[in-house]
Amino acid sequence: MAQETLSGWVRKLQAREISSRELTQLYLDRIERLDPQLNSFITVTAEQALAQADAADARLAKGEKTPLLGVPVAQKDIFCTEGVRTSCGSHMLDPFVSPYNATVVERMNAAGAVMLGKTNMDEFAMGSSNETSFYGPVRNPWDTERVPGGSSGGSAAAVGARLVPGATGTDTGGSIRQPAAFCGITGLKPTYGRVSRYGMIAFASSLDQGGPMAATAEDCGRMLNAMAGFDERDSTSVERPEEDFTAGLEQDLKGLRIGLPTEFFGEAGLDERVRGVIDAAIEVLKGRGAEVREVSLPNSHLSVPAYYVVAPAECSSNLARFDGVRYGYRCENPEDLMDLYTRSRGEGFGDEVKRRIMVGTYVLSAGYYDAYYLKAQKVRRIIADDFRRAFEDVDVLLAPTTPELPFALGAKADPVSMYLSDIYTIAANLAGLPAMSLPAGEIDGLPVGLQLIGNYFDEARLLGVAHQYQQETDWHARVPAAFA
Amino acid sequence: MEWETVIGLEIHAQLNTVSKIFSGAPTAYGAEPNRQACPVDLGMPGVLPVLNQGAVERAVMLGLAINAEITPRSVFARKNYFYPDLPKGYQISQFELPIVGLGHLDIELEDGTIKRVGVTRAHLEEDAGKSLHEGFEAMTGIDLNRAGTPLIEIVSEPELRSAKEAVAYMKKMHSLVRYLDICDGNMQEGSFRCDANVSVRPKGQTEFGTRAELKNLNSFRFVERAINFEVERQIDLIEGGGSVVQETRLYDPDRDETRSMRSKEEANDYRYFPDPDLLPLVVDNAFIDSVREKLPELPDAKRARFVEQYGLSDYDAGVLTAARDMGDFYEVVAAGCGAPKLAANWVMGEFSAAMNRSEVELADAPVNAEGLAGLLARIQDETISGKIAKEVFEAMWNGEGDADAVIEAKGLKQITDTSAIDTIIDEVMANNPQQLEQYRGGKDKLFGFFVGQVMKATQGKANPAQVNERLKAKLDG
Repeated sequence: MAQETLSGWVRKLQAREISSRELTQLYLDRIERLDPQLNSFITVTAEQALAQADAADARLAKGEKTPLLGVPVAQKDIFCTEGVRTSCGSHMLDPFVSPYNATVVERMNAAGAVMLGKTNMDEFAMGSSNETSFYGPVRNPWDTERVPGGSSGGSAAAVGARLVPGATGTDTGGSIRQPAAFCGITGLKPTYGRVSRYGMIAFASSLDQGGPMAATAEDCGRMLNAMAGFDERDSTSVERPEEDFTAGLEQDLKGLRIGLPTEFFGEAGLDERVRGVIDAAIEVLKGRGAEVREVSLPNSHLSVPAYYVVAPAECSSNLARFDGVRYGYRCENPEDLMDLYTRSRGEGFGDEVKRRIMVGTYVLSAGYYDAYYLKAQKVRRIIADDFRRAFEDVDVLLAPTTPELPFALGAKADPVSMYLSDIYTIAANLAGLPAMSLPAGEIDGLPVGLQLIGNYFDEARLLGVAHQYQQETDWHARVPAAFA
Repeated sequence: MEWETVIGLEIHAQLNTVSKIFSGAPTAYGAEPNRQACPVDLGMPGVLPVLNQGAVERAVMLGLAINAEITPRSVFARKNYFYPDLPKGYQISQFELPIVGLGHLDIELEDGTIKRVGVTRAHLEEDAGKSLHEGFEAMTGIDLNRAGTPLIEIVSEPELRSAKEAVAYMKKMHSLVRYLDICDGNMQEGSFRCDANVSVRPKGQTEFGTRAELKNLNSFRFVERAINFEVERQIDLIEGGGSVVQETRLYDPDRDETRSMRSKEEANDYRYFPDPDLLPLVVDNAFIDSVREKLPELPDAKRARFVEQYGLSDYDAGVLTAARDMGDFYEVVAAGCGAPKLAANWVMGEFSAAMNRSEVELADAPVNAEGLAGLLARIQDETISGKIAKEVFEAMWNGEGDADAVIEAKGLKQITDTSAIDTIIDEVMANNPQQLEQYRGGKDKLFGFFVGQVMKATQGKANPAQVNERLKAKLDG
């Protein structure tokens, strides 16, 4: 039963073949039975979910057809949910219950989605393995000794193990795409400004973007239909006519120009077996009429260094509000104000968060700002220019999502080696472009992700290419044996 | 040695928008603590700022009024520091690219000369909350009602040369923001306050001395006293062989002195960077033009017009145009009674005195402009004398009705009937035969005695000119 996709469930609910309550109960049971192996949920909201399901059933009975009516979903614990703990994977916010809903949550509720709970994540979305969570690491459903990727590792593992048909993620440097690749699912980071950031706890505001994670491109399109849209509460949200992201799914690939950035294939560190999977996927797309050519993104080697200036700089400021004064964790018996600040923050934040706050504070300091922050912003423009030139010749860029397979828990103790696992994903964030990952093969029983990067606001085309690929292949339909 | 004082002012004016600069919460003063703070003002996780267009309009209006450049693309930046009443751990302000660029303001010095003071810039920012120290044992309360209130910080060039000049500049700016109706100017509630950068240097030296920043001066008197104290302190220090350190100082009005708050070494590194939550603020010409259309007549222009149109002295015109509401009030009175000079004398004289006595603002005065005009019209048409008018005004101020009603009720109408006046004069002459004889014998001074007797007999209501004329005729007849 749980093999069914989100889109499949929408159809069955609409046809009244199953009720939302039955479906919700089915997934709640799976979470209860299987999640102890994964730790993909921080909070399960069973009671609230069943109430939402009953409300959805009543609406379905009246013939209503909102895009996600009655479908169970999970929210990454970075999205504020009214009345439900929103921890962001941190000790700092362990006691925090939001008084309001994020726009994404509001919109998905309005679309009729049933929230099963809040998924685990790297603390404040800082990490690529889900090992920095205060609530413990999430495990990869394909091999529980391995990481699910991060920071949206809880959402990726939950969808990969079919504990929920779809979940939200956020992507600052690859946090949707890398875990999607590691867990064998489809995930989309939309164009910066497509999905409102209101109520999405900020890590690096100029890079953060929420997006869907599900089994298929069609599922992601449906979810994005509910999530995306202009929000006057987010000044960086883009005002555009409403769009149906599933409209281009059936578009064939004849004449589609796919670019292969040479820099994403030549870099040392790309696992040859991953390369082989990508090559095979290219052949599939060619077989459906796509033209493939090499393109160059000559400055992409600057992505990781620029990212690790901009993201920490913004995070050092964004996380200043967590000071123990108004909400969240506060140390015991502070002696004075300085003690309140230093111990609340010292005890409330984990090591990786502190490391980035310190780096960010440093690069913004008087005397260093020009050399680091300003320089990094210039690099962003150069990288965006590379993409602009590339999109003059091609429609879509194709690359591996990650240079390697899901690694073992604890394997990357050195932060820099961890940072390099996002080497292929970061550039899209720096440029603000939409990008997605979809499952394209398996090596030693572990999934491999294929990345597609599109031009601004070209999500529908990306989803169309992915959907066409998924018509020809079944990688997206595979479920780890232990969770089948 | 002769010393020269160098002062630059940073004025913070709260903009009188209905809601806050980055949220929809109301800005009204005086609510219960934290009742006017929404999730954005509280710095809750995930919330985002959205710029209030009303604040932008007000900033542009100020910029136009001081002939400043309006920056076509200005940028909001984060000023990062930790303080309990700063909920986000940063203040959203403008740093490198403020909305208002270089402008100027003309001030009048004591000797009547006009001095042009450069305004370096003015930028938009949000106010912080308040720490409450009373009523919390061993703790501090935080009230975030004020957090997010829009402020414009107006930075002058270091061109002011005395405490008096600084006060003149501040008063002029205070008058201007109220003219523009962009700030209520209430200094007690902190809506208009300033920091003063003060240094001294030997007269003739071109480079600046080391400055101290005097924080949070919220009255004209404090500005003057704090600067004067600080100048003395710095001169004494240097003449005693010491040197001034760059630091922030606080003025203590109770002890009339400034005290060190923190030195430059301890100063924060604010780590300014452009706020990624807000797009650059683009102000185009159409917007600027739409604001320009809303600009009221400015104080200097109005003053010149009053001299020209009403024939007032420059001084009187200056007094009447210092506040926009007073200027408007005057114009209604002048038009209503048809006697601009009489109106000026009354508005600046009796009327202002009554406001001071009753400690009321113009808007709350018990006599309005139409009412005062009605009274002055009765002087003009000789229904009453100027002296009686003061009595009538007093009654009007006490709520006894308009001028005509008071005149009627108290029977104060001037006696202008010649035969009536003649009858009274005859009575007075009959009752004072001795004085009459002396007068007619050449003692001219006694004329005043007869005038007094006639006025007394009429309770001052007789028309003085007529009394003079008729008395002269009868006495000399």
